[in-house]
Amino acid sequence: MPYPEELKQLIKVVESTRSERVERKKKNEEVPFMSLEERHDILKYHPDFIEEGRRELQVGPSKGYRIAHEMANVLEAKSRVDPAKIDLSKIDYETDVLVIGGGGAGTAAALLAQENGAKVIIATKLRHGDANTMMAEGGIQAATKGHKDSPYFHYLDVMGGGHFKNTPELVETLVNNAPDVIKWLEGLGCNFSKFPDGTLKTIHGGGTSRKRMHFAADITGAEMMRTVRDEARNRSNDISVIEFSPAVELILNEHGQCAGAVLYNLETEEYLVIKAKAVVMATGGCGRLHVQGFMTTNHYGATADGIVMGYRAGVKICFLHTVQYHPTGIVFPEQAEGILITEKFRGSGANLVNIEGQQFVNEREPRDVEASSIIRECVERGKGIPTPTGKRGIWLDSPMIDMLVGPGTVQREFPGKYILYKRFGIDIAKEPMLIYPTLHYQNGGLEFTSDGATALPGLFLGGEVGGGTHGENRLMGNSLLDIMVYGRIAGKSAAEYVKAKAQDGKLSLEHVVKYNKEIDDAGVSDGRIAPMLLPDYTTPEIKKKQLTAHYEGTIR
Amino acid sequence: MSSTEVAVKTEIKARLIPVYIMGKKYEVPETLTIMKAIEYAGYKYIRGCGCRGGVCGACSTVYRKPGDYKIHVGLACQTVVEPDMYLTQIPFYPALRGTYDFTELTGKPEEIFEIYPELFRCVACNACTKVCPMDVQVMDYIAALKQGDIQKAAELSFDCIQCGLCASRCMGELPQYHIAQLARRISGAYLTPRAEHLKTMVANIETGRFNEGLDKLKAMDENTLKKTYQEREMEPATAGEDWAPKDNQYL
Ligand SMILES: Cc1cc2nc3c(=O)[nH]c(=O)nc-3n(C[C@H](O)[C@H](O)[C@H](O)COP(=O)(O)OP(=O)(O)OC[C@H]3O[C@@H](n4cnc5c(N)ncnc54)[C@H](O)[C@@H]3O)c2cc1C
Ligand code: FES
Repeated sequence: MPYPEELKQLIKVVESTRSERVERKKKNEEVPFMSLEERHDILKYHPDFIEEGRRELQVGPSKGYRIAHEMANVLEAKSRVDPAKIDLSKIDYETDVLVIGGGGAGTAAALLAQENGAKVIIATKLRHGDANTMMAEGGIQAATKGHKDSPYFHYLDVMGGGHFKNTPELVETLVNNAPDVIKWLEGLGCNFSKFPDGTLKTIHGGGTSRKRMHFAADITGAEMMRTVRDEARNRSNDISVIEFSPAVELILNEHGQCAGAVLYNLETEEYLVIKAKAVVMATGGCGRLHVQGFMTTNHYGATADGIVMGYRAGVKICFLHTVQYHPTGIVFPEQAEGILITEKFRGSGANLVNIEGQQFVNEREPRDVEASSIIRECVERGKGIPTPTGKRGIWLDSPMIDMLVGPGTVQREFPGKYILYKRFGIDIAKEPMLIYPTLHYQNGGLEFTSDGATALPGLFLGGEVGGGTHGENRLMGNSLLDIMVYGRIAGKSAAEYVKAKAQDGKLSLEHVVKYNKEIDDAGVSDGRIAPMLLPDYTTPEIKKKQLTAHYEGTIR
Repeated sequence: MSSTEVAVKTEIKARLIPVYIMGKKYEVPETLTIMKAIEYAGYKYIRGCGCRGGVCGACSTVYRKPGDYKIHVGLACQTVVEPDMYLTQIPFYPALRGTYDFTELTGKPEEIFEIYPELFRCVACNACTKVCPMDVQVMDYIAALKQGDIQKAAELSFDCIQCGLCASRCMGELPQYHIAQLARRISGAYLTPRAEHLKTMVANIETGRFNEGLDKLKAMDENTLKKTYQEREMEPATAGEDWAPKDNQYL
């Protein structure tokens, strides 16, 4: 979809101020960086700081905690299915370790649980590997080069990124296990980019003091995911995968241990009982909740289900008051909506400009400041650019780069994005890009300890569903690391728990009954049910005419 | 007239165009991807939709255009609708996958031949390459493998998202994408030198070399930690591989 005529007209405004802006750039005349007070002021536009955007939880183990309405909506909701209707004496599947979620963390957990003697079932919502892990491009951090780096410096960087609020033990385990994770993946045949002698290539990421970002070309997450998935498939005697069957509720037993889950077969619409001696939660993030209406980089199934299930079963949540937005996501063309535009464009000289062709912020402010400025420009000042899909955006003036550095630079330095836009009939060496902040990562999650355990005996977790490792803000490259470190640890811990601690006992959904009652007593559910499972993109016009359709939450 | 007014006046609205979803006509905005057009038409996805970002291979789609004999392919989440396209998604296509104990492999081509003997059923018709939505040279990597060049096959297949369209069109009934996965793993683990610095670092961690430093950091109050953070030495963006910090106390 090339820019329509209306936008082409608006691009002329950008062009009219471009040469002047290029001249200023050449003379190093930048929009001044904000003072700490100015930063403080602008951050009130950051979605995290908008008080109307959140509320205090009225129920559950973290009652009183203020989090985004969209997250509170799924926590202050009743179960999808009346627990009394589920016959827990009829077991559909039985296993040692149940892994919920077939992304990177879940698959790593399954492999380690199997290596430690457990039979494993992975129950997952979509296909095995349809996950945020598959989408990560940038890289994975690890201090692997001893002549200049060590877990010590990695630890410092992680803490600084997280505003020094991170849980120290979780960070320590993360950085200490990082090199071993890379070695493990290398041994499984994951193709990290290397020099001919086998030395791993590493680069900087935002907030790193040493170049420790490892990558597999620009599809790091996909390469990791398909490697571990292939290995799991090799072990199909011990690891079975049930696709299109999300978990909707944890099952406990009479000893108060986690002892399985209720699955929902999305295709046959049956609820199924799976009994396990231990459970690993690895359901990933929440982008598809579209917190405060934001578009997202996340996959279709990122709806915070694991947090809902764990919370109902008594596990506290932490750091969910912060959500990571990337300042520059594509807002038009529609087909690329939400896709990331790397910071490198701004670093190379491209201005952010409003509908009047004017700059309004220095392009190298921290992510949260940058995102807040863009939001203010569009929402409060009304100087955003309207898109054919009814949204607002800001111009990222990429053609400046060719004018500053020389013709051909954009195409050479940004081949992926150049080709992507080219397919839509847009030449980003000549026309600017339309961007807006995009919902990227769930900084917090369920509380857990460095052995992957939670407060609920028998429930372990790994990956984006957990909170604490990244404090209030995750650095690029530490999440792919997190899922492998804690996925592996959770798998191993779960297998050991199966041997040493798991007891057989009567299954129960009493905690769900109680939670439903708590919701009723607080009068907060408003008819909502959770987990959401899949977002609903049916248009209101269609819904009006679906006269006999029945929706359970967002599912038809 | 200021440019803001221009924008307000130009209520930009997308035109509706006809597309045929599995043969049935729907009017959808011309700006949408196939995936969003299908949702706009009133469908709700269970299968055929994963990452929505062009990397998972859940949404492969085949379509024809009026007056054009060719079969076109694309990812529903990346391809924009065109007027009168006749389309269907192929969310799943069965393909036989070999199983192997990866630790027992050594990197000889014969190992792949044994796991996937059907490799030699390839008749070089090139239907696989033509149908690949990622423009992977599928037939070429199969040809490379037949000649025993695993590394070339690994390189050529690197962008594969395992959507399975190649297998759906194959005259020789090969599961190309599974074979390519095996080739890439073998190439990564057995035909590319391992990173020596990685082994050293893992060994150093095992001996507890960094524990003292980490214990110190863990015990620090927030202000001292902030100070240590701010004063940490930064590797310059332009530094080469052999750059080393001045302070090597915690290395
Ligand atoms: C576009 C993008 C780029 C990124 N780039 C980077 C990067 O460069 N570096 C980095 O470190 N990080 C990056 N990240 C973050 C990182 O990829 C993720 O945080 C991480 O992969 C999460 O892994 P996970 O295993 O916890 O969750 P996922 O990989 O999302 O897996 C969760 C799985 O659980 C399934 N599931 C969900 N609910 C249920 C349920 N109820 N029952 C059963 N299954 C369920 C999901 O369908 C999914 O398969 C990026 C993320 C995105 C979206
Ligand atoms: S949905 Fe993943 S490639 Fe289209």
